[in-house]
Amino acid sequence: MHGRPRKALKPEDEAASSAKAEKLRSLQAQFLANHHNHIYSKEALELSAKLLEINPECYTAWNYRKLAVQHVLSNSDSDPHSIFNDELKLVESALRKNFKSYGAWHHRKWVLSKGHSSIDNEMRLLNGFQKADPRNFHAWNHRRFVAGLMERSEEDELKYTEEVIGANFSNYSAWHNRSVLLSNLLKRKAEGYFPKEKVLEEEFQHVHNAIFTDPDDQSGWFYHLWLIDQTVKNDAPLLVSSWPSHGSNITLIGDNGLRGCGLSLLNGTLSDTGALPIILYFNQAVKGINSSSVAIKSELLKEELVWKPLSMNNSNTAQVWVVYLNLGNMELQQSKTYSVEINVGHSSGILSANGNHYGDPSQISFEVFVETTCTKPTEGQVGKRTTWDDTNFQKIDHFQELDSIATANQNHHIPKSSDWCIEQIVKEITNFRDLLSEYDCKIGKLTLARLLTALDMLSSPLDGKKSNTEEVLQLYIDLMKLDPTHPVYYKDEHSLILLKQITSTRDSLLPYCYYHKDATETFTGHVCLRLQNLSLSRMGSIENLLWVQMLDLSHNELQSIEGLEAMQLLSCLNLSHNKFGSLTALGPLRSLKSLKVLNISYNELGSHSIDTRRYLCSSPVAHTEEFTWDRIEILTGSFNAANFWEAFLIFGSLALTELNITGNAVADENFRSFLVKVLPTLKWLDEEELS
Amino acid sequence: MGEPHDSFASYPPIDPVNFDLIVLGTGLSESVIAAAASAVGKTVLHLDPNFFYGSHFASLSFHDLTSYLTSPYRPPSAASGDSDYVVVDLLHQSPYSDAEFASRDDESASFLRENSRKFNIDLGGPKALLSADKAIDLLMKSGASQYMEFKGIDECFVYEVNEGLANVPDSRGAIFRDKKLSLKEKNQLMRFFKLVLKHLDDTQEEKISEEDLEIPFVSFLERMKLPPKIKSILLYAIAMVDYDQDNNEVCKDLLKTKDGIDCLAQYSSSVGRFPNAPGALLYPIYGEGELPQAFCRRAAVKGCIYVLRMPVISLLMEKVTGLYKGVRLASGQDLYSSQLILDPSFTVPSPPSLARKDFLSERLQLLSQRDIKGMVARGICITKSSIKPDVSNCSVVYPPRTLYPEQVTSIKALQIGSNLGVCPAGTFILYFSTLCNDANEGKKLLKAAMNALLTLPVSGNSESVPSASDDIKPIAIWSAFYIQKLITSKFEFISSAPTPDGNLNYNDLIDATEKLFGHMYPEEEFFPKATSPEDTKDEDEEEEDSGITLES
Repeated sequence: MHGRPRKALKPEDEAASSAKAEKLRSLQAQFLANHHNHIYSKEALELSAKLLEINPECYTAWNYRKLAVQHVLSNSDSDPHSIFNDELKLVESALRKNFKSYGAWHHRKWVLSKGHSSIDNEMRLLNGFQKADPRNFHAWNHRRFVAGLMERSEEDELKYTEEVIGANFSNYSAWHNRSVLLSNLLKRKAEGYFPKEKVLEEEFQHVHNAIFTDPDDQSGWFYHLWLIDQTVKNDAPLLVSSWPSHGSNITLIGDNGLRGCGLSLLNGTLSDTGALPIILYFNQAVKGINSSSVAIKSELLKEELVWKPLSMNNSNTAQVWVVYLNLGNMELQQSKTYSVEINVGHSSGILSANGNHYGDPSQISFEVFVETTCTKPTEGQVGKRTTWDDTNFQKIDHFQELDSIATANQNHHIPKSSDWCIEQIVKEITNFRDLLSEYDCKIGKLTLARLLTALDMLSSPLDGKKSNTEEVLQLYIDLMKLDPTHPVYYKDEHSLILLKQITSTRDSLLPYCYYHKDATETFTGHVCLRLQNLSLSRMGSIENLLWVQMLDLSHNELQSIEGLEAMQLLSCLNLSHNKFGSLTALGPLRSLKSLKVLNISYNELGSHSIDTRRYLCSSPVAHTEEFTWDRIEILTGSFNAANFWEAFLIFGSLALTELNITGNAVADENFRSFLVKVLPTLKWLDEEELS
Repeated sequence: MGEPHDSFASYPPIDPVNFDLIVLGTGLSESVIAAAASAVGKTVLHLDPNFFYGSHFASLSFHDLTSYLTSPYRPPSAASGDSDYVVVDLLHQSPYSDAEFASRDDESASFLRENSRKFNIDLGGPKALLSADKAIDLLMKSGASQYMEFKGIDECFVYEVNEGLANVPDSRGAIFRDKKLSLKEKNQLMRFFKLVLKHLDDTQEEKISEEDLEIPFVSFLERMKLPPKIKSILLYAIAMVDYDQDNNEVCKDLLKTKDGIDCLAQYSSSVGRFPNAPGALLYPIYGEGELPQAFCRRAAVKGCIYVLRMPVISLLMEKVTGLYKGVRLASGQDLYSSQLILDPSFTVPSPPSLARKDFLSERLQLLSQRDIKGMVARGICITKSSIKPDVSNCSVVYPPRTLYPEQVTSIKALQIGSNLGVCPAGTFILYFSTLCNDANEGKKLLKAAMNALLTLPVSGNSESVPSASDDIKPIAIWSAFYIQKLITSKFEFISSAPTPDGNLNYNDLIDATEKLFGHMYPEEEFFPKATSPEDTKDEDEEEEDSGITLES
């Protein structure tokens, strides 16, 4: 039940409840004894029923009932019909005690799925429960299950949601069920639910009534968000960007070093191993990227390539996929141009997580030019430390021809959105501007920001329309003030929009690009992207930054670098002066095989005794990792391994030459000596050269 | 009445002859007081000259209604007899006048005659109860609710110029479902409701300022920048004020913000109070006449004695002091009581001159002056189809100026269908009422209101042919108009009960009744909480609002 204040217990109630607890304890003890001894006699069953009627939350007892049913059924020529009916009756009386008992609802589902009982009774039961509390999501879940069993039409169920919403539209469950049912009806183009545009327009009108009547009620907003998503989303996966980008020229220096995209490689692994990455960035997570779904034609190709998903959760579905062309063991002719042609999605196989096929077969071709051998850097320069001081950077006035920096508008993969889509979003924007002129509410502002963002996304940047970025940024700044309880969310959104704005064109990127003084103290063609002091709380627009090899994200408010794993060319990274609270937040770095220089000084590593992010990340006890226990044992030696496994997990797979970790609580002497062991390649630690 | 008055002498004499209170007439106020007095242990005799309960609040058969409104009351000849007291004959003055009826055609007339008994037509209609109003509370408090059943009115409409009937967006759900309000209007209206709820919520600090509470509600609504359409809905369809609030010259009931807010609060707590009633309004099954009867039954349970068809012909008064002593019945029996309440149709003749300056003449002079506060025009139509398809029971408010520019009062209407047990299957009764200054004005307003929704029969022309445009509107097979004087309650040495008022609900009437009871018995509680074991069951029921029986 909703909106009913809890009353304090009166003394006599307290006495009653302790008496009840005493009774319950003795029942429970008897029940557990029966359970352990596999006693399924009539008396034992009655005892468990009595226990469940008093306390439906006792899930062990529900499991016992399941075992008992199986036991009784296997034994004799019993009547399954009556046995299962008894179970249904027990569940019903348990639900009358507590209709939010997970165990009870689950047991009912289990019984019904056995197929021995009539389901006619279910609707009557559900109608009772849903009348008593129309927002009980257990009942809604069960309703979906029963509707499926009964093969009740989705149209009828949709009508039911309409009735419930009509009575009281503050009902997340009803709106949710509506979105589930409509998704199905739209998907199979059911009669009356086609075309999709007509249905969605009606739904927009429907939910407007809820939002405008009471903008402070959130249930309608969630449905509205779903509708916006239905309006703008592309079901089919699409390629958004790649590295190398289409039509680009990569220059390889004769000794397998890599030039191109305005950079010669700094200290990259690529020059060590001679591997040339090819990165595909999709609009959503996909699976099925392999040598048949993505065909590569080139002289450079000598062996079967294995595409690797760049995802943090070890699944075979990812938004970003990478493959390495192994050039190291190849005799390349100097001054020769090799062409590479990649065909994506010309044969089927690429699927979204929802099972949609890749939409728009596309081709990426680029050229690799092998330059004559250049001089190797002299020995003395190798030992020079990378510094991030302003004096080491020089502003770039204009990009050179060489700097083939790829941004979104150079990618031809953006599909044209339908006029209806744009019109609908424009209509929504007008509506919400109206609402905001009437009533200043946070959810109105948030929706307007989302709609404007969607509009910018839909209209091609090439058609010359003014983008709404400035207004969106201002809306998020207003929201941070208006709704001080959710600053992180708005800050994240603000960061994403800001990054989108910065990375949208070459011109917008220019102010953030600098030449970096290389080891010889001269400014070379090394471009560093400096995104410092922007109050960024998260990273985004990575699809436009695949070319970046040197990145300065210092002096922001970053707590996570989710998505950074796609930046396979990244070799120098400055994360100093941010808000990283734990090493696990640096997880994406593990995929960056070319990373050599890392500055994470002045963060909050080790300052938080409880790592709230840990559950999101892998741990040695979770079986998702191939954890090399022996190696950590050798490395930690006398140290307490438990304190260092996070560091081992992040750094163990990297070949850093420079690391700066000063200004973090975690960085004590023990930790430092551990790092030196974990990173044998390390030459500089905390600005000190290692001997 | 059609009922002969000649056999009173054969009535067995009433025993005992002394009472605390004698009540003449079984109208709602009289019945409530009879029940309230009985509940505190007074001995009460409740008389009615009619053969039915309810007086001006009765629900009557088709035949009884027409004859009650037209046939003059024939007081029985005064029975002679000796008395120690001065015998003052009662004077009957019917509050009804200007009654006119019309049937569509002979066929309709004979249908109504043949089905006369299937009708329970309210004399004081349109009347309904708000689920959270004083009448409902009183029904539960008194225990009278156990003798009644209610049903929710399906829809509440407001009549809009050029638009016809629109649902009254009277709750969050209704605003959401409304099809005629723009999104902006929905937002404005709901925000206003929230403002009011916040004001009424003791835990909230945001209050409407004291200053704003004292200004006219209409000015407050303007200050809140509410558009005219919403203003009109709030004032006339929800607060249900009678007079045009924008017209200071004619407005006799300018509503203050604080009262407007109370009306809104009562209305909004009425919506959804009872699960089976979707809207704010309830109507008693078998008509409003059930209401006074329920209180009479309650009174009877507590010992009140009932005698119907028993007119009182005279009052007995002490010669010197002029104090009331008792009544003389048409049967000739004299009965005595400390207090008396009279039906508003009865009064005493004004003494011929004020020459004799004694107590008696002065008292009679006072008593003969009835408090007449204007008049209400009432209209009734019987149709064979609903004004709104698929809706059987509904209310309609026509705000001022919606029918024609000179319309200064709002008109209230109520359609009740056969599922409330008041008319034969397939028929509907529509009640209309409005306050007015004279009969012509009142009838003109009601006719305009009826014509907006119905095709009316033309008086004297029973063969009228419907014109082409008329076939969309339901056809009224019968119509009635009458004017009723508004007589308020009065507390003197003999009290007088009020007639039905011009409101849709009974709030004012219950207030007046409670006040009258307070004057008569200043020491007594108006329906004290029952303590005897037989009543405790009722009390439990009340707590869960189940004291009211609703048919779904």
